[in-house]
Amino acid sequence: MKKEYTITVYTENQIGLINKIAIIFTRRKINIESLNTSPSEVEGIHRFTIVINETEDVVRKLSRQIEKLLDVLKVDFNTDEEIIWQEMALYKVAADVITEKVKVERLLREQGARAVVIRKDFIIFECTGQREEINNLIKTLEPYGLLEFVRSARIAIIKKSDGFHNKVKDFEYRVPSEALVENEFLDQNEGIFSM
Amino acid sequence: MTANPAQNIDTKDKIVKQATGSKALLDALIQEGVKTIFGYPGGAIMPVYDALYDYNDQLEHILVRHEQGAIHAAQGFARVSGKTGVVFATSGPGATNLVTGLADAMIDSTPVVCITGQVFAHLLGTDAFQETDVINITTPVTKWSYQVTNAEEIPHVIAKAFYIASTGRPGPVVIDITKNAQLQIFDYQGYEKCLHIRSYKPKPEVRHAYIEEAAKVINEAKRPFVIYGQGVILGNAEQEFRAFIEKGNFPSAWTILGMGAVPTDHELSVGMLGMHGNYGPNLLTNECDVLIAVGMRFDDRVTGRLDKYAKQAKIIHLDIDPAEIDKNVKSTVAIWGDCKETLPLLTNLIQKNENKDWLQKFKDCSIKETEKVIFPEQNPTSEILTMAEVLKYINEITHGDAIIVTDVGQHQMVACRYAQLNKTRSNITSGGLGTMGFALPAAIGAKYGAPERQVIAIIGDGGFQMTLQELGTIMQANVNVKIIILNNQFLGMVRQWQELFHHNRYSFVNITSPDYVKLASAYNIDAKKVDKRAELKSTLKDILSHDNPFVLEVMVGKENNVFPMVPQGRGVSEIILSKEEL
Ligand SMILES: Cc1ncc(C[n+]2csc(CCOP(=O)(O)OP(=O)(O)O)c2C)c(N)n1
Repeated sequence: MKKEYTITVYTENQIGLINKIAIIFTRRKINIESLNTSPSEVEGIHRFTIVINETEDVVRKLSRQIEKLLDVLKVDFNTDEEIIWQEMALYKVAADVITEKVKVERLLREQGARAVVIRKDFIIFECTGQREEINNLIKTLEPYGLLEFVRSARIAIIKKSDGFHNKVKDFEYRVPSEALVENEFLDQNEGIFSM
Repeated sequence: MTANPAQNIDTKDKIVKQATGSKALLDALIQEGVKTIFGYPGGAIMPVYDALYDYNDQLEHILVRHEQGAIHAAQGFARVSGKTGVVFATSGPGATNLVTGLADAMIDSTPVVCITGQVFAHLLGTDAFQETDVINITTPVTKWSYQVTNAEEIPHVIAKAFYIASTGRPGPVVIDITKNAQLQIFDYQGYEKCLHIRSYKPKPEVRHAYIEEAAKVINEAKRPFVIYGQGVILGNAEQEFRAFIEKGNFPSAWTILGMGAVPTDHELSVGMLGMHGNYGPNLLTNECDVLIAVGMRFDDRVTGRLDKYAKQAKIIHLDIDPAEIDKNVKSTVAIWGDCKETLPLLTNLIQKNENKDWLQKFKDCSIKETEKVIFPEQNPTSEILTMAEVLKYINEITHGDAIIVTDVGQHQMVACRYAQLNKTRSNITSGGLGTMGFALPAAIGAKYGAPERQVIAIIGDGGFQMTLQELGTIMQANVNVKIIILNNQFLGMVRQWQELFHHNRYSFVNITSPDYVKLASAYNIDAKKVDKRAELKSTLKDILSHDNPFVLEVMVGKENNVFPMVPQGRGVSEIILSKEEL
């Protein structure tokens, strides 16, 4: 059964890596719903967050293929229940309409949005949350003339991964490391081969 | 040739010296133990070729006739020698001509390092003369590809390239070097081999829990069956593998790339798997209770329809590449690791076993196959020569000691079905990509990889015409390979499919050939054409003892088919022995 999966990829900061990762999806005709990439907390290591709709089997195989890439340190994949995730969106509305309708401001407050820029001609609101929250605000603002809207890719924190930061640091410091890597998923048959 | 490279190299201990990027590149190759390079020059790699001029004593460069020839030669070299093959090519068309070979090396796990020239860095992305986006073109078909724009990177990147190409599951690497980096003079600090890359773990630590679990499953088996692939050879684990199967008395079948890891006539060798493999191993795949797959990747040519593949069996899969495990066939126990390490551990834990009745089943199948297919193929009653009898005589003359290089098509299947191989690294063929035109250049490379061995290339009349320009390379470098063209005047394998599955509609498979004897003589290579049985064996004997390269054209039956066959879309146990069973 297809589901939403979030794939987390730790990589070297290398030119062309987005392309190398993207090829793995395009070759299998898999659509990427959202992709975020940015430096991680460790210098030189980047973190990709990729959202796709697929079966677990496909996601596992994809993850192994991504992990095979030379510049990839680690790949994890999770269902929505296993992560805390957020997206951010910006909304531009005409200032006169908004200021006339005070109710809108209250609505925004109720939805946890805030104003980023207030100008005479337009106001930009920002909302951070999950898809429904962001979509709700679109619905709310639309009657008042939503001029422009943009949504960011997803970023996510894995609930179970208390050791993540340390692991990434470990990759950083293990130079040169022992040639072998310990299989940490010894008791998880399914997870065995996703390092 | 034998000069000690270290004496000519600037090392860290000595004073830092100035070097060009090109010189640093060649020094790096020498430090990696490279002696032979296959290549073709051009504008964007001229500084490297210029530097090569001064390294004549240490680096032998083989000028091929097409870059595809260079990479197939490097593949042949790597496959027989176990070392990394090296290729030079210029930018643009030179680099794109490598793509087929890269894809071939990728899928067949062959260690190759290709150095391509690139336009000056300031011209990148401007559609400059002979500029192509080499990295993006080659990324999907390489283990690693990297562009160097600064000479200072060269020593480190080349070290990385060799480490990546040759460790773990081997594969091809492309290093694209811009012309400015080749020319740039920099402080050369000497060369250090790469032993670690933080994002790359060539092999995992072996976990004993899996070995124990696998041993338990194997020890409970009544009908265990081993299938093995090139992983055994790539891991240099032939001895370990042999000890394993001999302790358990396991019937063992090879994939096309695993062929020769144990002698083909070993008493536990039960034949070849796959679409045109032997009858027993295919049929009995669906009767074994435990299937032990060693260093093979369950290619669809081996498994046939997956939903009809070994459904009754518990699967034990030994592989170094985690992405191969459960990719096509779900394993009961997966042993992730280098089989050179895992096999002895497993051998220790398994019980000795006779498996008499079970082995007898394979023998029975073999008797049936010999009767219905093998004997008539090898001993035809009509006057028309068969491919199988050519192989029979080659076996008689070489006693299985030759390296057999094959192209792609019917002759490839016949050669792999009938060739006797006593030594490992003796079957050089394009398995995964099935590249026509592979054999002639690969045979050249194989000869450089194992100069003391007899190299016999067996090629179809179609595939030969795809890279026959490499006869020029053979002529110029006097490469002592024996080329046997099995001429059936058709693109035989396609014709067989058209006959069996497309109602004899022979659409564009009728291919005419030039006069190969004349062609060879134009290249100053001895040649002969044979179409009579009386001459066949003696001619083969003559040419195989000949000191020079030789082209032999053998006219074989036009419409002979290769059987057995697992028809497309069928399960392996639906293997047929003749057209009538279709
Ligand atoms: C580069 C390439 N093009 C096309 C094919 C498809 N193909 C596979 S076998 C074959 C026929 C080969 O004919 P020939 O070389 O005469 O060998 P034969 O089958 O007759 O032994 C063809 C065209 C291929 N494998 N590789």
